[in-house]
Amino acid sequence: MNGMNKVMSNKFYIAFYIAPALLLLLILVFIPLVLSGYYGLMDWDGIGEKTFIGLENYITGIQDKLFWNSAFHSFLLAIFSTLSLVIYLTVSFILASKIKGADLLRKIYLIPMLLSSVAIAQLWVKIYNPSNGILNVFLMSIGVENPPLWLANPSIVLFAIFVPILWQYAGFYILIYYAALKNIPESLIEAARIDGASAFQIATRIKLPLIKEVVSVTIVLAIVGSLKYFDLIYVMTAGGPNGASEVMASYMYKLAFSNYNFGYGSAIGFLLLIITLIVTLIVRKLTETKDKLEY
Amino acid sequence: MGRIGYFFLYLALIIVGLFQILPLIWLFLFSLKDNNEIFAGSPFALPSEFRWENYAKVWDGGIGTYFFNSVWITILAIILTVLFASMAAFAITRLKWKLSGLVLGLFMVGLMIPIHSALIPLYSMFLSVDMIDNPFSIVITYTAYNLPITLMILLGFYYTLPHEIEEAAVIDGCSIHRMFFRIILPMTTPILATTVVINMIYNWNEFVFVNTFISSEKYKTLTVGIQNFIGQYMTDWGAIGATLVISVLPIIVAFIFFSNKVVEGISSSAVKG
Repeated sequence: MNGMNKVMSNKFYIAFYIAPALLLLLILVFIPLVLSGYYGLMDWDGIGEKTFIGLENYITGIQDKLFWNSAFHSFLLAIFSTLSLVIYLTVSFILASKIKGADLLRKIYLIPMLLSSVAIAQLWVKIYNPSNGILNVFLMSIGVENPPLWLANPSIVLFAIFVPILWQYAGFYILIYYAALKNIPESLIEAARIDGASAFQIATRIKLPLIKEVVSVTIVLAIVGSLKYFDLIYVMTAGGPNGASEVMASYMYKLAFSNYNFGYGSAIGFLLLIITLIVTLIVRKLTETKDKLEY
Repeated sequence: MGRIGYFFLYLALIIVGLFQILPLIWLFLFSLKDNNEIFAGSPFALPSEFRWENYAKVWDGGIGTYFFNSVWITILAIILTVLFASMAAFAITRLKWKLSGLVLGLFMVGLMIPIHSALIPLYSMFLSVDMIDNPFSIVITYTAYNLPITLMILLGFYYTLPHEIEEAAVIDGCSIHRMFFRIILPMTTPILATTVVINMIYNWNEFVFVNTFISSEKYKTLTVGIQNFIGQYMTDWGAIGATLVISVLPIIVAFIFFSNKVVEGISSSAVKG
């Protein structure tokens, strides 16, 4: 098939088919990342002249208590998200155990995942409304005298923000786990059952190890996703009260687009990138499944 | 497992289902009430009178404009993303060139990028070419950032297409473009539908790019528009509810009609991260 190879390796055609996607990727995704590191070396308000100041912004960033405070909140959310996987996994185990209507249920669970974070945030701001939100209306109806001000109390705001996150992503993780569990051949389960294994043993000793790889992927997704949270928090609390729900991305956004400190904002944005990449690599390494299971 | 055991399993699943769905039912109910009824009545009571005027009021008050912006920006970005990603998938899986592996690797890395790290440079790039407050900056940004995931979903399908197709096409004297646009692209329709649905959800719901690059009311999309709007109607819960319902309705409708495609798309987007 010489003619064939000649046609399929024609340089003009290759450029024609790959160029639009590749150029957009390079210009709008990769070049900005490099520029972010570069702008981080500048003193710059976004409009005026850039002044080269070396690593000053990065050194300030590493010593910036507010930045580490926001990073701490991001990591807390990452831990909550990872722990919540246990709940999702449990629900998925139930859902995959010969339940009638499982398909409909998992679709109902998925609905919040389809909505914009802005709509979710606005809805939950209403749910948490101190006097008229359903949560406090319910608490008062069962006799709680002074229900909490969920989003105004610095010591609970982060938990209050985590509930809509849990709500939003539940369907997503359940969908993934459910699909993985349904992939396990029935014969394996049957064999264990004949050997006298209980339902709990089958779940923890047979099914769980078989979907280990999928669980690893979801741990990476949960952690890395949490480090990037922005929309929901920005709309619900804008990082408040008094920085109690500030996360890395919202802190960067505030520096750049509220304080017009583009140089320092870029440095923080670049640190966010580095932290995300390092954490991704570490989590991948830690959750790597060495023995590829075959079944 | 006994009957009682199954009873508790169903009970647990139904409680999870209620947790997922009740906030949305509450939202829909209060979007049809006025403040008196919302504040004094029981949260899940049906409205004494269905106040559809809440919807008419917010639609005429500006939501209509945001809605149409969301529609055309979403559609245009979907077309560009799916077309460019399909062409790239064709180039990577069918055409023969040395750097294809490297380029594929770049797209894979693109999956992991936190968009916020690119936000400031993107803003200054658009500013320097006078594209701030221009909706096309949003369209191309959506396209660029959705290319990696769209390409990943498409690739699996392209790898399964038999090579005999292009051999036959070349022998018949068919040009490359004709082969791609008339033969291969139509064959990928089922997977294209999945990528369209996924892109629709991403584009419709995107917030931070529009919030950063667009300042005129006439170009804002729903996610950013409802933010301002709700500030304006802060005390009118019915209006806020109607605004939120309008903003989520197209996605819910798409889900009702294409739920299997959505499920498929969301599962395959799990590689994102």
